[in-house]
Amino acid sequence: MSDDTLSGWEVVVGLEVHCELRTETKLFCGCRNVFGDEPNTNVCPVCLGLPGSLPVLNKQAVEYAIRIGRALHCRVQPSMFHRKNYFYPDMPKDFQISQYDVPVNADGWLELPSGKRVGIVRAHMEEDTGKTTHVGGGGRIHGAAHSLVDYNRAGVPLVEIVSDPDMRSADEARDYVDELRAILVATGASDGKMEEGSLRVDCNVSIRPQGSTALGTRCEIKNMNSLRSLGRAIVYEASRQVEVLSSGGSVVQETRHWDEADGRTHAMRSKEEAFDYRYFPEPDLVSLAPSQEWVRAVEDALPVLPAERRRRVAEAAGVQAGSEPVATVVRLGLDALVMATVAAKADAALALRRLANEVAGQLAESGVHDIDPDAFVRLVRMEHDGELTSAQARTVLKDFVADGGDPKAIARQLGFEAMGSQELAGAVETVISANPKEWERFSCGDDKLVGFFVGKVKAATGGKADLRAATEMLRRRRGA
Amino acid sequence: MPEQLTAEPRPARRPAASPQVDPAAPGSYDGPVAQPISKDDVAHVARLARLALSDDELEQYTSQLAGVLRHAADIEALDIDNVEATAHPFPLVNVLREDVPTPSLDRDEVLAQAPEVDQERFRIPRILGEAP
Ligand SMILES: [Zn+2]
Repeated sequence: MSDDTLSGWEVVVGLEVHCELRTETKLFCGCRNVFGDEPNTNVCPVCLGLPGSLPVLNKQAVEYAIRIGRALHCRVQPSMFHRKNYFYPDMPKDFQISQYDVPVNADGWLELPSGKRVGIVRAHMEEDTGKTTHVGGGGRIHGAAHSLVDYNRAGVPLVEIVSDPDMRSADEARDYVDELRAILVATGASDGKMEEGSLRVDCNVSIRPQGSTALGTRCEIKNMNSLRSLGRAIVYEASRQVEVLSSGGSVVQETRHWDEADGRTHAMRSKEEAFDYRYFPEPDLVSLAPSQEWVRAVEDALPVLPAERRRRVAEAAGVQAGSEPVATVVRLGLDALVMATVAAKADAALALRRLANEVAGQLAESGVHDIDPDAFVRLVRMEHDGELTSAQARTVLKDFVADGGDPKAIARQLGFEAMGSQELAGAVETVISANPKEWERFSCGDDKLVGFFVGKVKAATGGKADLRAATEMLRRRRGA
Repeated sequence: MPEQLTAEPRPARRPAASPQVDPAAPGSYDGPVAQPISKDDVAHVARLARLALSDDELEQYTSQLAGVLRHAADIEALDIDNVEATAHPFPLVNVLREDVPTPSLDRDEVLAQAPEVDQERFRIPRILGEAP
């Protein structure tokens, strides 16, 4: 977002994220929950809304919802289900079973890699809708001749996570979704695939004068199907609102549709009447009141979550938890390698640097071999101990990450083997004769000069010298 | 320990949900009182529910719903501060099923019920507006 466009204004973003749960079956019936099955093969009287059918809540879906709630530091509370009434062909019952005033999870927070906390208002359970495909009119709803409906997705369990309007930029909103996705995947509750629609993001965007604490009128943006579109949509929408306000107009609270092709948001067709969902308690379901024991058991079984992993890596490598390299290695799941380095008492800070820069870059470009932690630690040691120069170490690392193997063998193949001791001794002698004054001082006990000589040896050998061996040789030579 | 429900109405308590209800009138179903619901309200709700009501029907339902709302106002006038809220008439919570698949319906049988079918999907007329 260019500062010019927004100068004097602050953008305020809140997000609503729907995630599909990875259950075997739907929320209220035993139909399979599978993405990509043949249309209308996973349907039954319950999810088709046939008269007389009755919903029964899926226990595993509740457990996933509790996992999400506790991972987001929410209070898990007794809750109930409501009917949200509306007429639209994606919901054959003409209502969606959702949670209204008492959601299963409330009042939590999520910690961004930067360390900032974003408030979570609620994370409630509801059922997904069927999938409509618009035929004609280029797939857009306007101008479509007719639509086709597949009810396989109708009734698939969802958790909707509503944040506070705590984000202040498109980048922060993307960080939030990225972090939330990582948490969802870590808990096993969802696969977090935006491209398959198992993670769907709507955002509320408003702007206000820099320094103001009041919230401006917001617009809800829908239809972003990647993190990139989310960022673009927020940037566009914020500058659109700046333009409206700067020219003396006022922002109208409305839902706007993101158009990926033209890079704009468009007001959706104006409704004849504001939505009035006439929520009322779902009479066919009883309350959900997870016991403390259940909640505690679910919580105890949660894996270490990204924020804690970042804290551990940062502590191990002696850097700030909010630092970029830490966020990168945790996001890419490379933190176990840092921890392996710590466990082996090798240079964790060096490991972190190599992983966050070279390995992360390589990951972005191409696939990688599973990285063997022991071999990785050996390579870190080789660089730390001066067996390899940092340039050599990076070259070895690249091959090692791409194809696996033993770093020592790779170094040998690349001709990076530390030179033989004869050759090294020759180099040491040359350096000594070329610097007699420094040698004199070193010989008289000025030990700081060992670094000076090692540096000279390194330079003289084009970085091929085993610097630890060179150090030992220099000390022995002094004693002789 | 369940608290005793006291039937004595607290005079200061106004019905919260229907502010149009005349608070002086709870319990009196006959005689001229302020209407707790207007014909326009009923027409609005009917439209939301996709019910086509004649003018006579609107009149009839307005008066019937007014009776229902006055009854609700009576209940709201009770002091229930010490009564625990219930979400359901049955004393049941956590009715859950295991996450085990059961057979779905045969697709041909399902689609045979559809007014129109196209590409194994329900074919529906043009939709006006986006999903809410
Ligand atoms: Zn079903």
